[in-house]
Amino acid sequence: MQRIFKILFLLLILNTNFANSISAENASKLLTTDWSFKGPFGKFDRASLQRGYQVYNEVCASCHSLKYVSYRNLSEKGGPEFSVKEAKAIAASFEITDGPNQDGEMFTRPAKLSDKFVMPYSNEEEAKSANGGAYPPDMSVLVKARAGGADYIYSVLLGYVDPPENIKLDDGVYYNKYMYGNKIKMPKQLSDGLVEYSDGTNATEEQMAKDVVSFLMWTAEPHLEQRHKTGFRAIVYLIILTVLVYFSMKKIWSRVETNV
Amino acid sequence: MSDHNYTPSSKFGKWFNDRLPLLTLANHLTDYPTPKNLNYWWTFGGILTFCLITQIITGLVLAMHYIAHADLAFSSVEHIMRDVNYGWLIRYIHANGASMFFLAVYIHIFRSLFYGSYKAPREIIWILGIMIYLLMMAAAFMGYVLPWGQMSFWGATVITNLFSAIPLVGESITTWLWGGYSVDNPTLTRFFTLHYLIPFLILGLVVLHIWALHVPGNNNPIGIDIQKPSKDTVPFHPYIVIKDLFALLLFMIVFAFFVFYSPNILGHADNYIEANPLVTPAHIVPEWYLLPFYAILRSIPDKLLGVVAMLSAIFILAALPWLDTSKVRSAVFRPLYKQFYWILVIDVLILGYVGAMPAEGLYLLIARVATAYYFLHFLLILPILGKIEKTTPLPLSITSPVLGGSADLAMAKNTDVRKEKL
Repeated sequence: MQRIFKILFLLLILNTNFANSISAENASKLLTTDWSFKGPFGKFDRASLQRGYQVYNEVCASCHSLKYVSYRNLSEKGGPEFSVKEAKAIAASFEITDGPNQDGEMFTRPAKLSDKFVMPYSNEEEAKSANGGAYPPDMSVLVKARAGGADYIYSVLLGYVDPPENIKLDDGVYYNKYMYGNKIKMPKQLSDGLVEYSDGTNATEEQMAKDVVSFLMWTAEPHLEQRHKTGFRAIVYLIILTVLVYFSMKKIWSRVETNV
Repeated sequence: MSDHNYTPSSKFGKWFNDRLPLLTLANHLTDYPTPKNLNYWWTFGGILTFCLITQIITGLVLAMHYIAHADLAFSSVEHIMRDVNYGWLIRYIHANGASMFFLAVYIHIFRSLFYGSYKAPREIIWILGIMIYLLMMAAAFMGYVLPWGQMSFWGATVITNLFSAIPLVGESITTWLWGGYSVDNPTLTRFFTLHYLIPFLILGLVVLHIWALHVPGNNNPIGIDIQKPSKDTVPFHPYIVIKDLFALLLFMIVFAFFVFYSPNILGHADNYIEANPLVTPAHIVPEWYLLPFYAILRSIPDKLLGVVAMLSAIFILAALPWLDTSKVRSAVFRPLYKQFYWILVIDVLILGYVGAMPAEGLYLLIARVATAYYFLHFLLILPILGKIEKTTPLPLSITSPVLGGSADLAMAKNTDVRKEKL
């Protein structure tokens, strides 16, 4: 019996170590910070998500879309939790093309809560031609689409350094310490004081990178908080049930002369 | 094995049972005499049934929201993850459920190898099991294609391209499978259809697997036949039911940790990038449970022979009851076989490891040696071992070692399987 618990315990340790070692393997050199959403009880920091939205909106959104996210998500539980009024105001500040109307014409109107985030370009070709042939990837699930996850995006944002002397870069290509292959077509975006946070937080490079990556973690896993909470309850429930079933089993098997 | 003279107590029950003997079946399943010395490695049959049912139920719900179309599949998965109530939970259970299913099936298969459960009179159970395993691999592979991410697309391209290795008609067969000249929408829709069909085929085979099991009854850790049912066995209910339930709950705790706290750890990050036929990922790797076979495939320089080797690696298992010439079932009484068994376990783990690595240099060399050993184990070592091995004396009945604790010794040795598997 004890052996089973030992095995289970080992499995759990392995599980977490495995997780760490996988991210560590790609990321032995990756920068990291004190992410509030890590760990089994991790939660998003609302203020950070709201600031992250601001950074996304003022810096990233001119090239990167968030096509799977809707404006209504901004006011939903477990996210930045803007008030409905604020989310409506955010949505209304964007114009989207709708239609056709009764006359068969397309028209523009302010976006509503039910609309998806307005995309910066109307199609992939336009996006490419505006960015020297490189397509700025959609950022909805970007954090999950890169080995290293949040740490990786954070590192790339802060990883612009002068290239080593033996590396020659073409026009419009930049050197990044953490980028896969070290070459990136996106120029350095963040610099101290680039945005002005309404809550008075000092907008350092690291602060903005942390906020926007937290925001992107939320867009990639909008139900992360609920998942952590449900998981805790499910596992506590399972453990209690397991203990009860264990003693029932002992009782039942005590009728035959065998160990279980 | 069971009491076929069973008569229901109620009048209606008797009337019904005379026309359709469901109650006799229920009675047989409840009373089914099970060796009392089964250890926890025997609980994985029940766990696997749970896995299959879980996959079918979560899969049904996912199919209600998923759209099998090359332009919409990826965004329909995101729709499930974001907008469907508890869609994230259902999808993560389904995706991790596949891994849990394979984890359990590998433990189940290696248990069978250790205790010789494939030997007479249980060959048909074993062969049905291999067929289930084959279908599982097909279902898992096609399921991985459905989210239409980069790994989905390129995995499908690599695997379907294997068919082009068939001489003369290979190219035509590949085109036929794709429904076009590359992996595209027709491929996706047919994979979805087959992915929906296969679990029900598996379910049918599982019924046969259990039926075939109930004819000779369970093997057991000391691998000898039951002498006195009254002394050596316990009825399936409540003894085995409660024990299986306990093991299942432990399994579910591990399962829950993956689902809730590292749901994407067993997947590949590239599969969150929508499929793009113009961009090839740096490394195309299958899911972890297919890696040993992937390593065998890549270790052979010739494409056709590689495919043949990979398929032989699976089909050779079906011949195992005749390749293993030893009359003694359990490895507990086979000192030499026990050592070769563990070497095989390590060999398969090595194959899995090199399957995840690039096929070059030292990795390729290791893969070749490990592949050669895999076939050597089944084709040479097992047939010879049965003839020359000096086995230790078998106990007279199940009851004596249960009380003496020697069956428990086997389990103690076996705990290492699980540690090494992860």
